[in-house]
Amino acid sequence: MSVCQALLVQVAAIARQRGAAVASITVEIGPLSGVDPAQLLLAFAVMRTGGDSATAVLLIETAAVEVRCLECGAESATLVNRLVCRTCGGFRTRLIAGDELRLRRVELEV
Amino acid sequence: MCQICGCAIPPASLHETIAPPGGRRSVEVFEQLLAENDRVAGHNRTHFDEHGVLAINLMSSPGAGKTALLEATIRALKSRYRIAVIEGDLETDNDARRIRAQGVPAVQITTGTACHLDAAAVHRALHDLPIAGLDLLFIENVGNLVCPASFDLGQHLNVTLLSVTEGDDKPAKYPVIFRASDLVVLSKTDLLGVLDDFQPERAAAALRDLGKGTPMIHTAVRRTPSIAPWLEWLEAELRSRDGVYQYVPAQMAGSVR
Repeated sequence: MSVCQALLVQVAAIARQRGAAVASITVEIGPLSGVDPAQLLLAFAVMRTGGDSATAVLLIETAAVEVRCLECGAESATLVNRLVCRTCGGFRTRLIAGDELRLRRVELEV
Repeated sequence: MCQICGCAIPPASLHETIAPPGGRRSVEVFEQLLAENDRVAGHNRTHFDEHGVLAINLMSSPGAGKTALLEATIRALKSRYRIAVIEGDLETDNDARRIRAQGVPAVQITTGTACHLDAAAVHRALHDLPIAGLDLLFIENVGNLVCPASFDLGQHLNVTLLSVTEGDDKPAKYPVIFRASDLVVLSKTDLLGVLDDFQPERAAAALRDLGKGTPMIHTAVRRTPSIAPWLEWLEAELRSRDGVYQYVPAQMAGSVR
């Protein structure tokens, strides 16, 4: 709900600045963001009431989890709790996709 | 502008382009959903840095022993370091009273129904603490392995406790919080002898699978107290930050060090 509240505040600022109603909101939620898309949709359905996004649709894009190995440099798509290198088995990796928690796009009625 | 202390928080940075008009106008935004929280967290971190305070966010499921570990830590370190604690709970100030009983300042944040602390709550609490005179600030988050992981409080380090009365697969079940941890403390290890289903090696393997190389240390504070590795880790972190805070101009460095 805190995430949804932050989202609605950000969207309201964009809508008011342009004096337009919000048609749709697109967010990117990675599996490692700590936010569950289904729960965000549920919170949105309740919390949008009466605000600038009251009739807006919430679209959620999720990315796959990908890591880059700090040893061999290989990039691999993997699971949230198996973030080791798929190529060399290296135990130190950097996450390159999967922890997104971003407002990506707002569509306004014109 | 910070409403409480008046310091300047940088304004929001909204990067956007406007797509060609159609039936609807599409505004491309690239802003973190928790940008406002992150901004306040950055502000808290600046406060900590200005005052040379090491801030540690302590997280775990409820009952893993965060407060008990803090009590033991304060007993061991309070003669050498100035310590304070921010306590986060849904209700009661029981934990803050336990900390104050150890003779150090504690501020209780009661979140009501919120399952995590956020940067603004910590910021409000900071104004009730003698931050200028501190070396070490613990922020004991609400007991929860899910939501606290997503909210930066301005801490320098995240520490997550995993008690041996929980499952040894917790790092695999809650990868977000364990991945965000700089240290995992396996707590209540004095109970390992009476538990046949918790294998520390399995917990370590699940943690290793998160690809961060996060260290795990063992602690116990009750039957056979053992927190030496934890204290060593803390003191190493405190020492490693000394250089950052005690700024020495380059031309004087030779004569001072």
